[in-house]
Amino acid sequence: MKETRMLMGMPISVEIADARGGGTAEEARRAAAIKEAFDYFIHVDETFSTYKETSEISAVNAGRLPREEWSPEMEVVFALSEETKRATGGYFDIKKPDGTYDPSGLVKGWAIWNAAQLIMKKGFSDFYVDAGGDIQTHGVNGEGDPWSVGIRNPWNIHENVQAVRAAHNEGIATSGTYIRGTHIYDPHTGAPADAIVSLTVIGPNVYEADRFATAAFAMGKDALRFIGSLPGFEGYMIDAAKTATKTAGWDAYRIEDAA
Amino acid sequence: MKSSITKYIIGGAVVAVVAGYAIFNANSGANAGSPGLPSSLPPETPPGGSASSTGGTGTATAAAGTSAGQYKNGRYTGPVVDAFYGKVQVAVAIKNGAIANVAFPVYPNNPGHTIQESMTALPALAKEAIAAQSANVNIVSGATQTSQAFQQSLAAALTQAQ
Repeated sequence: MKETRMLMGMPISVEIADARGGGTAEEARRAAAIKEAFDYFIHVDETFSTYKETSEISAVNAGRLPREEWSPEMEVVFALSEETKRATGGYFDIKKPDGTYDPSGLVKGWAIWNAAQLIMKKGFSDFYVDAGGDIQTHGVNGEGDPWSVGIRNPWNIHENVQAVRAAHNEGIATSGTYIRGTHIYDPHTGAPADAIVSLTVIGPNVYEADRFATAAFAMGKDALRFIGSLPGFEGYMIDAAKTATKTAGWDAYRIEDAA
Repeated sequence: MKSSITKYIIGGAVVAVVAGYAIFNANSGANAGSPGLPSSLPPETPPGGSASSTGGTGTATAAAGTSAGQYKNGRYTGPVVDAFYGKVQVAVAIKNGAIANVAFPVYPNNPGHTIQESMTALPALAKEAIAAQSANVNIVSGATQTSQAFQQSLAAALTQAQ
């Protein structure tokens, strides 16, 4: 059973594999778990969207909410952001130059992971949660095989350039914007930087994969050195010259071309 | 950071990449050497950059040359669209009835970039040319959120041009 909704400006899909079969009651149980996951994403959006005047983060940024009145979730996200800032040598920072906070780069992966936990708590072990191309896998697909994940060709949204298999509940996240393209300049030197078009990271879960993919993307050409230095993470980076660079362990995940 | 990212995106090159989008395929005339959108492009240009750039990846030329064009000449700006990671706003310049340039008055910011890297190890990295992969997959990973917001804002801008 799979459902896709547009939330937070992106398609979010939840699929629970049907391998175990089951009748109407089982179907209803799956549907309820999927709905709970979507309800959670709606809640996250309403709490952390900096574009919603009514969100808690907007209240924080406007100085309308003293810290002692923050929700536990807000405290958690700020603590995780602080930890991620340290872990990435400052490349990840939710504090913007104007002094306001934008935790969306962390919240997405965190929310996907939490939605996956909700589904697990409902007793399901074979599913994935995909929010805008960042994915938490769990268990196996409907055929009993590991979930397979394609990496989209940045120049052709209908085509993949890699396929990998997630056999151990991995998280997979891709950073990058296809519209950035070439001609990105290093903010420090003003010199042209090697333009990264797309950076995909496989990690122990989507929260880890997403936050490090986001931070590494900001590092430019050194992105993969950073990912490669993290135990348990692999990366695949595509640059504007249509060349891919991959970490040493990437090919262990790779599915060979069917052709 | 928002302003600096925006600053480093040069219109022509962006057109080169977005030329692959279906919406452009039929009627875009992405012109690699076209002038930028002066009012839409950021006021500051980094050293080495200029408001009119060369064609970038080369896909721009594939779409160039359309002359019939269905759009009215002028400059059109789409709405600011929430891409969750940030806001995206697209401005298009129509020349000879076709898209001559695209600019981003509003573009998502990136995380901070201020601190020296601490990596000392040099992990082994390998390079390869990307190639189409035909294996069937359950899920696809890609940076869709911004490109969808982009398309939304662009589509709105083009509606004004009709």
